[in-house]
Amino acid sequence: MMGAGLFLSVIFSGDVMASVAANQVFAPWNDPKETPLIEFRGVTKRFGDFTAIDDLSINIYEKEFFALLGPSGCGKTTMMRMLAGFETPTEGEIILAGQDIAPVPPNKRAVNMMFQSYALFPHLSIEDNIAFGLKREGMPKNDIADRVAEMLRLTRLEKFARRKPHQISGGQKQRVALARSLAKAPKLLLLDEPLGALDKKLRQDTQFELMDIQEKTGTTFVIVTHDQEEAMTVASRVAVMDHGKLMQVATPDRLYENPENVYVADFIGDVNLIEGTARKTGEGSYEINWCERTPPLKSTSDTVLSSGQGCTIAIRPEKVSISSEKPEEADNAVQGKIIDIAYLGNLSTYHVKLANGQMVKAQTANTRRISRRSFTWDDDVWLSWTATAGVLLKG
Amino acid sequence: MKRLLIAVPYFWLLALFLVPFLIVFKISLSDVALARPPYFPQWQFEEGWSALTDYLRALDFENFWFLSTDDLYWKAYLSSLRIAVVATFFTLLVGFPIAYGMARAPLEWRPTLMMLVILPFWTSFLIRVYAWIGILSGEGYLNQFLMWLGVIQDPLIILNTNVAVYIGIVYTYLPFMILPIYSALEKLDESLLEAAEDLGCSRFTAFWLVTFPLSKQGIIAGCFLVFIPTIGEFVIPSLLGGSSTLMIGKVLWEEFFNNRDWPVASAVAVVLLLILIIPIILFQRNEQKNREAEG
Ligand SMILES: Nc1ncnc2c1ncn2[C@@H]1O[C@H](COP(=O)(O)OP(=O)(O)OP(=O)(O)O)[C@@H](O)[C@H]1O
Ligand SMILES: [Mg+2]
Repeated sequence: MMGAGLFLSVIFSGDVMASVAANQVFAPWNDPKETPLIEFRGVTKRFGDFTAIDDLSINIYEKEFFALLGPSGCGKTTMMRMLAGFETPTEGEIILAGQDIAPVPPNKRAVNMMFQSYALFPHLSIEDNIAFGLKREGMPKNDIADRVAEMLRLTRLEKFARRKPHQISGGQKQRVALARSLAKAPKLLLLDEPLGALDKKLRQDTQFELMDIQEKTGTTFVIVTHDQEEAMTVASRVAVMDHGKLMQVATPDRLYENPENVYVADFIGDVNLIEGTARKTGEGSYEINWCERTPPLKSTSDTVLSSGQGCTIAIRPEKVSISSEKPEEADNAVQGKIIDIAYLGNLSTYHVKLANGQMVKAQTANTRRISRRSFTWDDDVWLSWTATAGVLLKG
Repeated sequence: MKRLLIAVPYFWLLALFLVPFLIVFKISLSDVALARPPYFPQWQFEEGWSALTDYLRALDFENFWFLSTDDLYWKAYLSSLRIAVVATFFTLLVGFPIAYGMARAPLEWRPTLMMLVILPFWTSFLIRVYAWIGILSGEGYLNQFLMWLGVIQDPLIILNTNVAVYIGIVYTYLPFMILPIYSALEKLDESLLEAAEDLGCSRFTAFWLVTFPLSKQGIIAGCFLVFIPTIGEFVIPSLLGGSSTLMIGKVLWEEFFNNRDWPVASAVAVVLLLILIIPIILFQRNEQKNREAEG
């Protein structure tokens, strides 16, 4: 949990922010004239009486790098399998390039999938595994050899070309699976947790390779990941799912800064959630009563709330300042006691307990050495944030 | 302690294979005699060393020489081999689809199906082969049924032909074919076939490029398990086969019990064993490879 908060603030402060900004230029989802490459229209998938995908509608555009994010069992793999053709929707339809794909068998779809379980052919060597799809295409022998060599180089598997899958490590298998699905250069590539078994360094390298491939070939990627950082780094848009339902689809920065509901706010990164009732004070500005003996909190909001409606303020820890004296000009200031300090190297997260028992996290950059830190356990401190720092959510 | 453990299987092999083999081999080097036991020379412990050298001098390879002069024997070996090969092929033809169907059946059905395959072993092999006489004979159930259907007018002559022998062998050895293939197919990960389809294979090519090679070890094991005992098979050809069915097991039986020529019969057995050693070694190799691939 701590880690998530850390990396997100890093991402949104550092140079990765720049790449996110660059991605903003590519935004076919905002252009009503664009037709999506993939359209899920009210797709429901049931296994017996268990609903794995619940009335899902999504548009994915050509050349997108689309990430599916969600807890285990929320239906990510099932969605992929419907795209690849291994499951058919119980209800609704999936349109690929303007065509309902329900009647198209998997081997006739211009879609390749990297399986979560890798599904490497145990009787074939690594290079033959990678060449498998190319051979089926009837590609000339020399071209196959070149392509396989290229894939081996890309995934750094040259040394293992002649080995069988049971003779390589888990991470290497994962790279073979990736290479095999990349080899055919399909129009749509489905990657089911492609990098989970790789160490951090290799994972980052591979992420950038993937983005590079995507830029060069214009392939549309749909990638499943458990790793938020990964989703945030590589994706043009991220879909957050829960229990087969779509919670929000947005660009990584919007997902982080403007979550549409409490689930997404809580799922992505680290967040403080304060529940209360709203009172409208002006156009787009509200006061939230959250605790009887304390003054209401001020917050602006794009969401329209009626007075008296229950709501939740979501504030990222890095947007909360901590001080020993009550800050003069802050829109919101609350007092509490430091319960815990999580030291994360460049950052520290203070866990502060307010008078009513509510825990609020505040994060600060460690610009000074730890020995000269201003706050310590059991200190009474003030937390403050601006009216625009938080996001006001219904419910 | 560890040595002792390793010694157990060797002792087993020595007591149950090597010693009987040496006895048979010794008999194969003797001459036939009207005596009890019906061969010569004999040697008892109390006769001492000098008698032993005399005894050894009397042994020779005459019987093996005899086997090569009478073409009955090598024809019987060849015919056995041919019947074994053909029967193994048909057993595979019947066994593979059954194993495949079992491996693809819903998980909760599989133990029952497995049980059904093994069930025939619960009754005597001899009785089951006898039952086939009732099915295949001129007025047997098969002919009655076919004539009732109107497919044929006159009864088919199946019993006492090689066809009946093939049917008997396929029926008897089917479980030995099914079980190893089934165990190979059952291990096969369904997602491999999906991956193959995803990469452009039709169902059929996926079968040919993935299912088949991955069940190859099972197929080879099954074929050997059928082939090896079939070569020396005696009961099936004598009960279901006719006078034209030539199999070495039958010849062996006749030499032992009709001609009472133990030395020649033993020579036939020794040669049969030598012939069988090749496929047995190949089978062991296959099993070894299997284990290595898994480990
Ligand atoms: N063939 C099936 N029969 C019954 N239930 C299934 C089947 N396939 C998937 N499910 C169920 O559907 C739900 C979604 O599964 P899915 O594999 O899509 O999850 P996921 O989001 O990929 O999870 P993870 O992140 O753990 O891979 C799960 O609860 C799973 O148990
Ligand atoms: Mg999954």
